[in-house]
Amino acid sequence: MNLSNGKGSMSTVTTTAVMKSGDAVSDQFPAGLRVLVVDDDPTCLMILEKMLRTCLYEVTKCNRAESALSLLRENKNGFDIVISDVHMPDMNGFKLLEHIGLEMDLPVIMMSADECKSVVMKGVTHGACDYLIKPVRIEALKNIWQHVVRKKKNEWKDAEQSGSAEEGDRQPKASDEADYSSSANEGSWRNSKKRRDEEEEAEDRDDTSTLKKPRVVWSVELHQQFVAAVDQLGIDKAVPKKILELMNVPGLTRENVASHLQKYRLYLRRLSGVSQHQNNLNNSFLGSQEATFGTISSINGIDLQTLAVTGQLPAQSLATLQAAGLGRSTAKTGVPMPLMDQRNLFSFENPRVRFGEGQQQHLSSSKPMNLLLGIPTNMEPKQLANLHQSTQSIAGLNMRVNASATQGNPLMMQMPQSQPRGQMLSEKTGPRVPRLPSSLGQPTVSNGISNGFLGRNGIAGNNRGTAYNPVPPNSSLLSFPMNQSSEVSVNNSLPLGSSPGISSITTKGSFQEEVTSGIKASGGFPSYDIFNELHHQKSHDWEITNPGLTYGASHHANPLQGNIDVSPSVLVHQGFSSTQQTGQTRDATLIGKAMFSLGEGSEQDNLQNAVQHLHPLLVDNSIRVKAERIPDASSQTNLFPDHYVQEDLMSALLKQQEGMGPAESEFEFDAYSLDNIPV
Amino acid sequence: MDRNQSRRQVAAMKQSLFDQGLLDEQFIQLEELQDDANPNFVEEIVTLHYRDSSRLISSIEQALKERNPLDFNKLDTLMHQFKGSSSSIGAKKVKAECNLFREYCRVGNAEGCMRSFQQLKKEYAALRKKLEAYFQLARQAGPQETACRSK
Repeated sequence: MNLSNGKGSMSTVTTTAVMKSGDAVSDQFPAGLRVLVVDDDPTCLMILEKMLRTCLYEVTKCNRAESALSLLRENKNGFDIVISDVHMPDMNGFKLLEHIGLEMDLPVIMMSADECKSVVMKGVTHGACDYLIKPVRIEALKNIWQHVVRKKKNEWKDAEQSGSAEEGDRQPKASDEADYSSSANEGSWRNSKKRRDEEEEAEDRDDTSTLKKPRVVWSVELHQQFVAAVDQLGIDKAVPKKILELMNVPGLTRENVASHLQKYRLYLRRLSGVSQHQNNLNNSFLGSQEATFGTISSINGIDLQTLAVTGQLPAQSLATLQAAGLGRSTAKTGVPMPLMDQRNLFSFENPRVRFGEGQQQHLSSSKPMNLLLGIPTNMEPKQLANLHQSTQSIAGLNMRVNASATQGNPLMMQMPQSQPRGQMLSEKTGPRVPRLPSSLGQPTVSNGISNGFLGRNGIAGNNRGTAYNPVPPNSSLLSFPMNQSSEVSVNNSLPLGSSPGISSITTKGSFQEEVTSGIKASGGFPSYDIFNELHHQKSHDWEITNPGLTYGASHHANPLQGNIDVSPSVLVHQGFSSTQQTGQTRDATLIGKAMFSLGEGSEQDNLQNAVQHLHPLLVDNSIRVKAERIPDASSQTNLFPDHYVQEDLMSALLKQQEGMGPAESEFEFDAYSLDNIPV
Repeated sequence: MDRNQSRRQVAAMKQSLFDQGLLDEQFIQLEELQDDANPNFVEEIVTLHYRDSSRLISSIEQALKERNPLDFNKLDTLMHQFKGSSSSIGAKKVKAECNLFREYCRVGNAEGCMRSFQQLKKEYAALRKKLEAYFQLARQAGPQETACRSK
């Protein structure tokens, strides 16, 4: 086989070196598969260990999720697959799943005595490659190697798609290896592939300079850079090589990017596939977001930067920033949610700033697209702040989740968010809502978008509110905005596809109000069938999409359009990045993304499609965020953020839509004057 | 003969445990894992289970004492853990009782929870005793016995 030929020596060396099981490894695959088992129940742990050893796997036991994570981090390439229990005292199994997926990109199998469908679904949405019901039978464990092979194959395929010559060269070899491995030594194949990758990497990139392909830890910042790069390129055109160039991170290999990109895509797709349930959450979340938005916008500038610099700002700082931001925003709407803002800021800022200061700036300057952020800028500070907040929170959420580095953040975000949200909702919604409409009127498109956004959110919120137990208070709040606005003709503002964005948004001023009410009505948007649909089902998606649009709009009328051009994911990103207010935009993007994730459900319209585009990227992140949150106690809070984000995004999107015009039919906004938008 | 007799006794005992619905398929899975490298694997697992689960039982008991009001979520979580552990050794009746308890938690029936828990403790203790006797006999009969599948 080529494999043998090509890497004959290498594979042998690798095999023997890597495969401890012995020289016959190649024939023994999947023997020697390195499994990490995590379960707090010692009985189950022992049984699993024995079963896995009987399958001739190499087993490492761990009874705490934290120690499992450190084990994985210390031995980046030390494991092939992880099996984890869902209910553990120190960390939720799904959160662990997300961390592993993001940082190490290993296949993870969940297990639980709980066979409830929703829990299994959660595993699916969080990216688990399988779900086993306890008590686990040995037969179920015998075939887990397939997940390892599948993942490797997909990674190779991704690398291939990136289209670089090197990859091309590598691909054949990889394929050979893959073939070889699938037929026999998975292990040796794996090893040889890794070796080959390493060697190639070394050749191709001087900076990598490592023979081993080290596991890249996708920190929040790194992920931000990644997302920004993907946004810039457009999710469809984002190839690892280009992303890598854009990111310009020394030591990062194309493969790292390729596998992360794949995960990201799956994540977004997952997000779009999320049921309405999630959407609902998002919607409500968005609603609350409104308040946040206001804060965000104000904060954009320096605050955000500052935040970013500090990395994870403590909630307090965030709050301060937010408050400051809000204060800055002229309207000072009223502080919608200092708490929330904090989080949002935090989430937004940190991820964004960290990553990509440069990128951010670049993005912000070049792309007005900060979906959410963009809009706010135009909009009155208040509105923006609101939007920002929501977006930020959403973004933050995403960031957190994705980054996984900021483990604490998600919680933080979640917690504060829910709270503030509630607060916001209850307190702010009232005042906020009215604010928004008013502010909306003022700002240009952004307003419209926000309105629409809000409107949508509002509705979504309502729906979601009920759906999500944890956020009952929020839900009520969310709908709040809706109630306030009169029949929000969401339709108006949301010409999702339409209107070049911001400009149309401006008109939305009134629309906003309508939107809000419209949202409630959900039926109200004639033009936005999608919206409605999205709203209900995939409000998230839509929201995400919208925010992107909105953001873009906020910055420039064109930008929105431009954003639209970009695939939803891009839009979202752009929206974010284009933040007129750097920080804010970023957040918006994040939020947008988050929204997308949230909105996984939107399949319905083009928007949905578009959103889906975005969603995959966002979804992964968002979903993670959301997923994690929901199960956790704090998840409740999370829900809120999502909602917020979604709503904001929605409104943002809506606004854009209006500006965009018929774009809604497809999310692909490309049809629309995207050219304007500096992508 | 003695040996055979012992083995037959062990087999009969095991069979009765199954017939009474105290054990299920999972127990057989454990037995199949037993091999020369781990000749007392099943007993080790069961011992480990009882050691760990007694802690859970106490926690549940404690939680049930804090009655005003009963924290059903906490009880459900504890019981979920207990259920997972019990099902992993194949404790069929105990597992069923766990499900009943969780159902009572779900609807917030405190009385039901208390009653169910009492029943659960009984089943738990009964099975524990029987398994102890079983393993003792099995050890006396010799390693082959435990490796045989009775059903």
